[in-house]
Amino acid sequence: MSLWSRLKPAFWDQSQDQPTQIINYRRLWKSTFGAAVGVALLPVILLGIINYYQFEEQHQLQRAELDHEVQRVIYKTRVSLAYFLEERRSALAYIVRAYSLPELGDSRHLARIFANLKGAFGGFVDLGLITSDGLQKAYVGPYALEGKDYRDQEWYKEVLLRGFHVSDVFMGHRNFPHFVIAVKHECDTCGYYILRATIDTARLNELIATMRLRPSADAFIINDSGVLQTSSRMHGQILSQFSHPLPPPLEQNQVVQARSAGGLPLILGFARIEGSPFTLVMVEQPSLVLARWGLLRINIILLVLASVIAILVVIWRGTTNLVSRLYDADLRRQAVLHQIEYTNKLASIGRLAAGVAHEINNPLAIINEKAGLLKDLITSRDDSPYKERFLASVGSIQNSVKRVSAITHRLLGFARHFSVKIEIIDLELLIEEVLGFLGKEAEYRNVTISTQAQPGMPTIESDRGQLQQVFLNILNNALNAVAQGPNQPGRIDISIHTQADGQAVVAIADNGQGIAPENLERVFEPFFTTKGEQGTGLGLSITYGIVRKLGGQVMVESQLGRGTTFRVVMPLRKTPASANPQAANGQGLGASGGQ
Amino acid sequence: MRVLLVDDEEELVTTLSERLALRDIESDWATSGEEGLRLALASHYDWVVLDLKMPGMGGLETLRVIKRQRPDTQVMVLTGHSAEDEFEAVMRAGASHYLLKPLDVDDLIAKMQA
Repeated sequence: MSLWSRLKPAFWDQSQDQPTQIINYRRLWKSTFGAAVGVALLPVILLGIINYYQFEEQHQLQRAELDHEVQRVIYKTRVSLAYFLEERRSALAYIVRAYSLPELGDSRHLARIFANLKGAFGGFVDLGLITSDGLQKAYVGPYALEGKDYRDQEWYKEVLLRGFHVSDVFMGHRNFPHFVIAVKHECDTCGYYILRATIDTARLNELIATMRLRPSADAFIINDSGVLQTSSRMHGQILSQFSHPLPPPLEQNQVVQARSAGGLPLILGFARIEGSPFTLVMVEQPSLVLARWGLLRINIILLVLASVIAILVVIWRGTTNLVSRLYDADLRRQAVLHQIEYTNKLASIGRLAAGVAHEINNPLAIINEKAGLLKDLITSRDDSPYKERFLASVGSIQNSVKRVSAITHRLLGFARHFSVKIEIIDLELLIEEVLGFLGKEAEYRNVTISTQAQPGMPTIESDRGQLQQVFLNILNNALNAVAQGPNQPGRIDISIHTQADGQAVVAIADNGQGIAPENLERVFEPFFTTKGEQGTGLGLSITYGIVRKLGGQVMVESQLGRGTTFRVVMPLRKTPASANPQAANGQGLGASGGQ
Repeated sequence: MRVLLVDDEEELVTTLSERLALRDIESDWATSGEEGLRLALASHYDWVVLDLKMPGMGGLETLRVIKRQRPDTQVMVLTGHSAEDEFEAVMRAGASHYLLKPLDVDDLIAKMQA
């Protein structure tokens, strides 16, 4: 079974164009559902759209704020780094001006100066004096570099040209990252000389550490070739190549957007440190910083989706419930209308029947009395040679009168609206009485009738005459059905018993032709007949009316070609409001001819 | 026992009267309510068998007058068709029996003698 067939309302597949059906329930359901969904979802959708745009706006603001933050941080750190370098370069420049060449060339003197320098400024590893011949005249530091010739080195040439030099970070023979600051001094007597100091990059790392970056961010220094001058947490070791190209032309501070090798967005901040080959780089991963925003967005989307689903479910159920109730009420209304129509039909038939019966009964009474008089006269004169023939003819007339009378009384019974006379009834005896009427008929049609009664079957309180009519109608129908049925010899089984709730049941089962399924629901409708002109279509209708009036139920089950079972269920005790303790003269209501 | 038969069907009352006579029951008959009332009030009858639907004075009205003026006279109502409201009205008016046509004369006599 598909989901739709399980969710589908009961009225969905009902014909929508029945004349008695006022409302098209499918259309009503659709319009109600649509309107309710529209009204309920519109605010949610609007809220979602507004929220989406506000979120986007806030997200962009956050991104911009992140850019600003990167710019701010690298600017501050660039200033610190520039100050650091400038401070050390100025210190060297001061020393080179404050002391004469002989003083600086004196290793002991230079050592005192170096000690003072280290005491005042951190980061110095060694200090050397290089004279104009390119040789290191004096040196204070952990290595034996005195006398080293720097004449052919690039930095030496640059110092000569620019007056100072800040080198890239290199490992050198010291095998630890460091860089060099060299300052040239010219004098009239001695030409020029250069004071050269080595600085440990640990000081640079300390300065970068003061940036106090988020876990998602990274900062380091690269040189003009993009080689890392300090170690990076995420972008390689010192002296490795930075994977992202430098933005040309590199301004003092610049923030650019990029993507990582994995495709994640990155904010790259570059800050050129003047007077050095260094560029401070800061890398921020906005997707990590704004992860909570992303989570918030997912939560909002989930919330909206959950709301939409909840609204749809509630509206679906509510609309289906509402329309189903209307549909049920309409079905009940149609049933009531049908009942009213049925009652009106019965009333019309009743009036017609009463009129016909009255018109027939009066001449019938005359015929009856005339025949009775003839019988009286013939009986009183026993010398007539035609006495027997007269008596036979009169008897025949009286029998015919009785037959017609039975018919008119049935019609009157129909018109009488089933007035009720309550008696104590033994159902087995009642059935025997009814079978007394039909015994000859059954014999003639070669039908076997058997009755089985539950031992100790209780008596019931009901109307004897009307119950007789009920069973007479059903048994008449059964005889007809058996006679026309395929199963021979015909058989009618009557069972009298009580059911679980204590009510009395008379089940009359025949092995006749059965009733077609399409006719089964209509057998109790007035004027419905399968006998063509031979049936009035009133028998079972009257039966149904009587049984209902007496507080019972009549049900039918049938299988075409196999037979039919009528079950009459009667309460054991019944005192209907309309019960009439002095009903008509007991001539009986007669039985209708059945459907 | 004296019986008065009232019915607009003359053939019916005359034949019924004759049949009663054969059973040694004295009876008179009338074919309208007015005539029946006149006879019923003029002399004593043990039973009046009265048709309900008659032209002129109907059976129910005749019954009411008879029972008012001759309360000891028993009335048996005869009708060609029965209706619940009619039955109740007749019984309230004082009828002893309510019979459907056609009737059995022996049954009629049995009810009178009961």
